[in-house]
Amino acid sequence: MTATTAAPATTGAHSRRLPVTDVSMVVLVGTTGSGKSSFARKHFRPTQVVSSDFCRGLVADDENDQSASGDAFDVLNYILGKRLAAGRLTVVDATNVQPGSRRRLVQIAREHDVLPIAIVLDVPPGVCAERNSSRPDRRLPAHVITRQQRELRRSLKGLEREGFRKVHILRGEAEVDAAEIVIEKRYNDLRHLTGPFDIIGDIHGCRSELETLLVRLGYTLDRDEQGRSVDAVHPEGRTAVFVGDLVDRGPDTPGVLRLVMGMVAAGHAICVPGNHENKLGRWMDGRKVTVSHGLQESLDQLAGESEEFRTRVRAFMRGLVSHYLLDGGNLVVCHAGLPEKYHGRNSGRVRSHALYGDTTGETDEYGLPVRYPWAEEYRGRALVVYGHTPVPSAGFLNNTICLDTGCVFGGSLTALRYPERELVGVPAEQQWYAPVRPMHSDAPGAREGRPLDLADVAGRRAVETAHHGRVAVREENAAAALEVMSRFALDPRLLAYLPPTMAPSSTSRREGYLEHPEEAFFAYRHDGVQQVICEEKHMGSRAVVLVARDGAALEKRFGVEGPGAIWTRTGRAFLSDEELTGAVLDRVRAAAERAGLFEELASDWLLLDAELMPWSLKAAELLRRQYAAVGAAAGATLPKVLAALEQASGRGLELGELTDRQRQRAVDAEAFTAAYRRYCWPTDGLAGIRLAPFQVLAAEGANLAVRPHDEHLARIDRLVAADDPKAPILQRTGRLVVDTSDEASTAAGIAWWEELTAAGGEGMVVKPLASLVRRGAGEGRPGGLVQPGVKVRGREYLRIIYGPDYTQHLDQLRQRSLGHKRSLALREYALGLEALDRLAAGEPLWRVHEPVFAVLALESEPVDPRL
Amino acid sequence: MFISISTTGTAERPASDLGFLLHKHPDKVQRFSTSHGEAHVFYPEATEEACTAVLLLDVDPIALVRKGRGKGRGGSPTAASGAGALAQYVNDRPYAASSLLAVALRTVFRTAMKGVCETRPGLADQPLPLRISLPAVPAVPASGARGAAGAAGAGETGGAALVGRLFEPLGWQVEAEAIPLDETFPEWGESRYVRVELTATVRLADALQQLYVLLPVLDGSKHYWVAPDEVDKLLDAGEGWLAEHPELNLIIRRYLARRWSLARTALERLELARLAEADDREAEELDNAVEDSTEEGAETEEGAESGKRPISEGAADEEGEKHVPLAVRRRAAILAALGETGAARVLDLGCGQGELVGELLKDTRVTEVLGVDVSSRALSAAARKLRIERMPERQSSRVRLVQGALTYTDARLKGYDAAVLSEVVEHLDLPRLPALEYAVFGAARPGAVVVTTPNAEYNVRWETLPAGHVRHADHRFEWDRAQFLAWVERVARTYGYSVTVRPVGPYDEEVGAPTQLALFRLGVSESRSLETERVATTEGSVTR
Repeated sequence: MTATTAAPATTGAHSRRLPVTDVSMVVLVGTTGSGKSSFARKHFRPTQVVSSDFCRGLVADDENDQSASGDAFDVLNYILGKRLAAGRLTVVDATNVQPGSRRRLVQIAREHDVLPIAIVLDVPPGVCAERNSSRPDRRLPAHVITRQQRELRRSLKGLEREGFRKVHILRGEAEVDAAEIVIEKRYNDLRHLTGPFDIIGDIHGCRSELETLLVRLGYTLDRDEQGRSVDAVHPEGRTAVFVGDLVDRGPDTPGVLRLVMGMVAAGHAICVPGNHENKLGRWMDGRKVTVSHGLQESLDQLAGESEEFRTRVRAFMRGLVSHYLLDGGNLVVCHAGLPEKYHGRNSGRVRSHALYGDTTGETDEYGLPVRYPWAEEYRGRALVVYGHTPVPSAGFLNNTICLDTGCVFGGSLTALRYPERELVGVPAEQQWYAPVRPMHSDAPGAREGRPLDLADVAGRRAVETAHHGRVAVREENAAAALEVMSRFALDPRLLAYLPPTMAPSSTSRREGYLEHPEEAFFAYRHDGVQQVICEEKHMGSRAVVLVARDGAALEKRFGVEGPGAIWTRTGRAFLSDEELTGAVLDRVRAAAERAGLFEELASDWLLLDAELMPWSLKAAELLRRQYAAVGAAAGATLPKVLAALEQASGRGLELGELTDRQRQRAVDAEAFTAAYRRYCWPTDGLAGIRLAPFQVLAAEGANLAVRPHDEHLARIDRLVAADDPKAPILQRTGRLVVDTSDEASTAAGIAWWEELTAAGGEGMVVKPLASLVRRGAGEGRPGGLVQPGVKVRGREYLRIIYGPDYTQHLDQLRQRSLGHKRSLALREYALGLEALDRLAAGEPLWRVHEPVFAVLALESEPVDPRL
Repeated sequence: MFISISTTGTAERPASDLGFLLHKHPDKVQRFSTSHGEAHVFYPEATEEACTAVLLLDVDPIALVRKGRGKGRGGSPTAASGAGALAQYVNDRPYAASSLLAVALRTVFRTAMKGVCETRPGLADQPLPLRISLPAVPAVPASGARGAAGAAGAGETGGAALVGRLFEPLGWQVEAEAIPLDETFPEWGESRYVRVELTATVRLADALQQLYVLLPVLDGSKHYWVAPDEVDKLLDAGEGWLAEHPELNLIIRRYLARRWSLARTALERLELARLAEADDREAEELDNAVEDSTEEGAETEEGAESGKRPISEGAADEEGEKHVPLAVRRRAAILAALGETGAARVLDLGCGQGELVGELLKDTRVTEVLGVDVSSRALSAAARKLRIERMPERQSSRVRLVQGALTYTDARLKGYDAAVLSEVVEHLDLPRLPALEYAVFGAARPGAVVVTTPNAEYNVRWETLPAGHVRHADHRFEWDRAQFLAWVERVARTYGYSVTVRPVGPYDEEVGAPTQLALFRLGVSESRSLETERVATTEGSVTR
């Protein structure tokens, strides 16, 4: 919008109000001696003014050194750019009588998306010459002023065309003296409005759904004598905000306009234009537009309205401002989204982005423009609420949310309550218009925004986590993870979590032991963790269990039909037999149902962390080829060795030491075989299978992994208790709470571990009872994460890890280094929590997948596999 | 690790002369230091009638691990199981008679092995009645361990039979008995270990040399790098008996084998091995994108297809007609289809070891080939086979090989004239196929797409393929013609392509051709008919 003000030629010099936008570039135009600097001083703060004279002084120590002008303007432009980038009103005090110098300034204003404003001081040459002569430091030839005056005159008419959005021309000294600057807010600045708001997504002529939604939001509809709704009022004074695309495609565009225009006029609503309003407005203004994308419906419907109504619509369209800053700048509303640098700015490209979004210039398989995913990169402070791109359901992403849930295409009409951040939706009454592009494709993630892209996971990356900062993933690790994820893992939509690795307790110095609980208790006491929980470590294989109440629930939340899934540490289906997977899930679901967990957690699905036994179920191949093989070779060889040694000793040969050593080997080898055998038993269908869940990781809208472990186990106990008593498969996890500062308590913990491992148990895991714990804050910073758990493995179990006769080599084995494993455990833990957080927040698949993939990548880091 | 060598004798030729032959006194216990632990030689019996010498190698498992660690970051998989770094401590080497024992034999009985005996001249040249006892010999099936599920010994060439095949031709009477994996779990079957008793009347030096060569051959794995001088060692130890051995080929191949697990220590794909280990799996289960071939550069057909046409020359061509391998026909069909589209910039999605990329580069119409595969191993194999590093610049600028996964959209794949998905879709789990469909047809959106996949109906014509099996262990599914047609039709409809389907390979009236090919073209909608073209099948019917 451009405005030129000039006083009527005849009037005297009464006070003239010159509106100036608060964030803008004010260009003073006037000959030497026209009084620009005095004018600037009088109306603006000194820091708001950049003058060419001052810059000459800066670069040449002489404000009049014309030969320094080039450098001086470089400095001026630089300062100007910095101030405008920061959104500060800036006045350019230079003659600016030549079009070339002004062109550069307009360009700078556009680069920073602020309005350029010109204030012309058209003072007679005589006055200027006189002023100049009164300045001892300035000796300009008289012809200079004459020339400048000529240039100024020539410029006057073209200033608007040059791009100045406001032009104020002050003629003569009197007008200059009488002028008054009025700082105006930008049209888009509604920061003083603090709501509360109900922001409503793309309506596209779905009047009935809009009325239903407004009523559901608590508004009272006001109808005219013909029963048409013309306004809606909220009893608590809430304000509705429309993100545009009110018109086209749908059944009643005029009805929607009548209601929204009424609400806006009455001050009950705010509205930004969508690309469809823009086009309809242009059509109404008589401009040439292609009638497509549902415009015809609007035109037909509007043809049935009165001329008066159409005129009102046209005025309404013209008056729409492309985006608004609300609530002190904490909320930005526009149609197609807006990156932070455009918030509150004014320029063609800001308007274009607000209306159409950022496009890459490409078109997709339906001939529609490919949109640049600006929201994926958004890191701004303000919440950006927008519409424009139909999504199956609204979800937050990087402090942005798209509310276009495709009502006209048979989706729903969605509103966001602000500041409550609650979503309210009403389903479409029918599909009013067939979408060009299907609402979503079958590609994983397409439903929640876009399918997974290689750039989300491949190469060297850093994943931002809430609990452990940025976690780096190396390229070679991502490459390996890509291979496993794409060839062997389950559908990423289901794979919302991969379990982190866990470090063992510090190496024990105790005779005969490599690991012992006392180190674990000591370490936690050292980290200020008083209460720890010791959990029995089941020797099976880690299993993550996603169980849904029914197939529809899984489809609704994860986009995949089926009863759920069970996967391993690397995301593979745990059981290759789908039927068996289904049977296990059936049992878990039934138990969860009986235990009331779905109701309690208000969720149709649960994500469980568990151990699935027997070990031989998954590791059968490894057992046969490695563990049992070693046992078999030892069992076949050592008796022969001992027999030969004894026979030779019988001949009087001195073989005592060698015989003792071989005898020990035989004992160790038998202990080894006994150790792995404990974790093997045959299964037949469900018979023989044992599932020991130890926490409910997540449910709808909740990351439960951060909850205390006693809460987890209490919940799990109820689940286990609710299992089919005739042939239970769910197994309880033994536990003991230990106070690390109490000697009797730690002694009890040690005794418990000894008892577990003596009975053939793998050992135990010691975790802070409170689950997520940080070390005591130091120097005002939060301390680092404390290990979420350490494992203390039993002496016999470790034979499977360190070899049958590891107990003979403890001194060498004690040199193991745990640093990398601990660091890895923390990083993977943080990534796991991040994935669950993102899942809970309803973030799109690619955001959830990113940390999950990173866990897998980290698992391929070189770390001692025996730890 | 244990071996006993027994002989019998008489007063004239006392059995205890074995001590002279071995250069080890029967009444002493002798100790030798080897790099893997101490070797002990002692005699449980030493009389005129019977004498038994025992070599006991007391393997130091920690030293074994330390040595392994020197070879690479994750340590080298030294066990025959090749199960990665974890195998180092849980290792059969301290017990089983492997290449470690072979080396110890050579170290401790070096002179005896040469057939030299200065104290009893002539004795070394005489055949003796020998009985060799090995309580646990790892005998890995000839096909190698890779991919073969289940216990060793399942293959006929494994286990006890293999021991017989190797030793009997040399005159040994072989008693070999497979050792069960674990008597507690009889269902696990037999282990790869065999209790072996060998009896024969042979020269001691020959016996030792034969053991030295054949123990590692049985094991199929060596604890040390196969260096160039191994050939000399083999020829040396095999002098006089190896050349005539009926299993010569097998022995040479396995003795000199660069087994895959050893090659892995070249730091190539340790990341994948670690991921396998994290999941209690064998590295081979994950890192199986590249066929393991002992002969460098030998083109191996997939699974059953190779089984049908063994590489052995000539034998298969009974009918006297020129046999064109299916893979060659498939590539020709793909090139023909691409030719129809006039594509210049081509994507080879799932390029594997680059066979098709190589063919494409030969076509001057093709200006650019981007080969994409998810397997880093396949990509490096492709780069090696295509000799990209040695290509002239003009040539190498036409080709790029990058890692990518087709279940993710990938900006690098946009803007090409055509894409090839040759024998790729069947390697994806069916539920993940829509992701590929979107990434290729929806996002990358090339002007044309050529898809080939096996025709499951044809499987009955592969004589080596058991009924109901897929052609390759990694095939997640195989479609019959109707299923393929249905898929092709849906994808074309969804993404706005037209499509034609045609058979590749010898056409069989009943079951069709072994491979089915679909040519998708963007937006060309007039030829929406999905009529199956029948490509000339002059090459004749299926060989039975």
